[in-house]
Amino acid sequence: MQSTLTFRRYLVLIAIMLTASFGDTFLSIGMRQMGPVSIHHLSSLLLAMRTPWVIAGVALLLGFFAAYLTALSWADLTFVLPATSFGYVLIALLSKFWLHEPVSLARWTGILLITLGVGFVTRGPSYTPHTPMETATPVLAGQAAAQAEGDLP
Amino acid sequence: MKHVADPSVWLMIGTIVVLATAGDVSLAGAMRHIGDFDDIRARSGLRGAIRAVLGNLRFLFGVLCMALSFFALLFALSWADVSLVAPASAALTFVTNAFAAKWILKENVDRRRWFAAVCVCLGVLLISR
Repeated sequence: MQSTLTFRRYLVLIAIMLTASFGDTFLSIGMRQMGPVSIHHLSSLLLAMRTPWVIAGVALLLGFFAAYLTALSWADLTFVLPATSFGYVLIALLSKFWLHEPVSLARWTGILLITLGVGFVTRGPSYTPHTPMETATPVLAGQAAAQAEGDLP
Repeated sequence: MKHVADPSVWLMIGTIVVLATAGDVSLAGAMRHIGDFDDIRARSGLRGAIRAVLGNLRFLFGVLCMALSFFALLFALSWADVSLVAPASAALTFVTNAFAAKWILKENVDRRRWFAAVCVCLGVLLISR
């Protein structure tokens, strides 16, 4: 495995955490303003799409998806998921200090465990290099196989 | 609201986890197949990069699975407690993703990554209490 993280790539990981946590928080604020949605009146969810908080939340989650795909193009899934799970911690902190929700001892322990997991995984390599046979298109894979056969004595 | 011991709750959580894992693994496989997004954007511009992503069937399958997983979550939330469904599905997805990445994507899931996945999984369960 090799580490391919540059400053710009760290910024993409930070963007994933920020857009996911702020996007969820904005959606939460918007849906609270809407009030409870009954299963029999799901059409009222469309009304929620006109709320500024919900619109901002959806826009941030679209940004999250773009950043998530970018990260997956140069890092392993088992690196990206734990590395960006610090977003759960951000959501808890936003809930505590912005939405004034209570944060129990169990939650602080959870925050500590997630931070530990993030610290652990980001100190390791981010990418598993694969041979062209595993990742390339069938044509390129065929060329690689032919080249490999040609290299044999 | 259905009780935690109701098998249908866990069947629903299982459905969410399977769909979310299939979505994550398909998206990761698609992006690995397409290559470094920054390089493609530098070579063919943003439009070319978007075309490369949208033209990949594995990517479209991943998006479909993610969408189905999201709707399954919404459906589950309508008859089970959010405090059970959301953390249980998120935490279990971390573990199933690690297994799927190892066996399907052939990622090198070493002890460091297993430890991180377990830490995050337990952390998610605790943070949702």
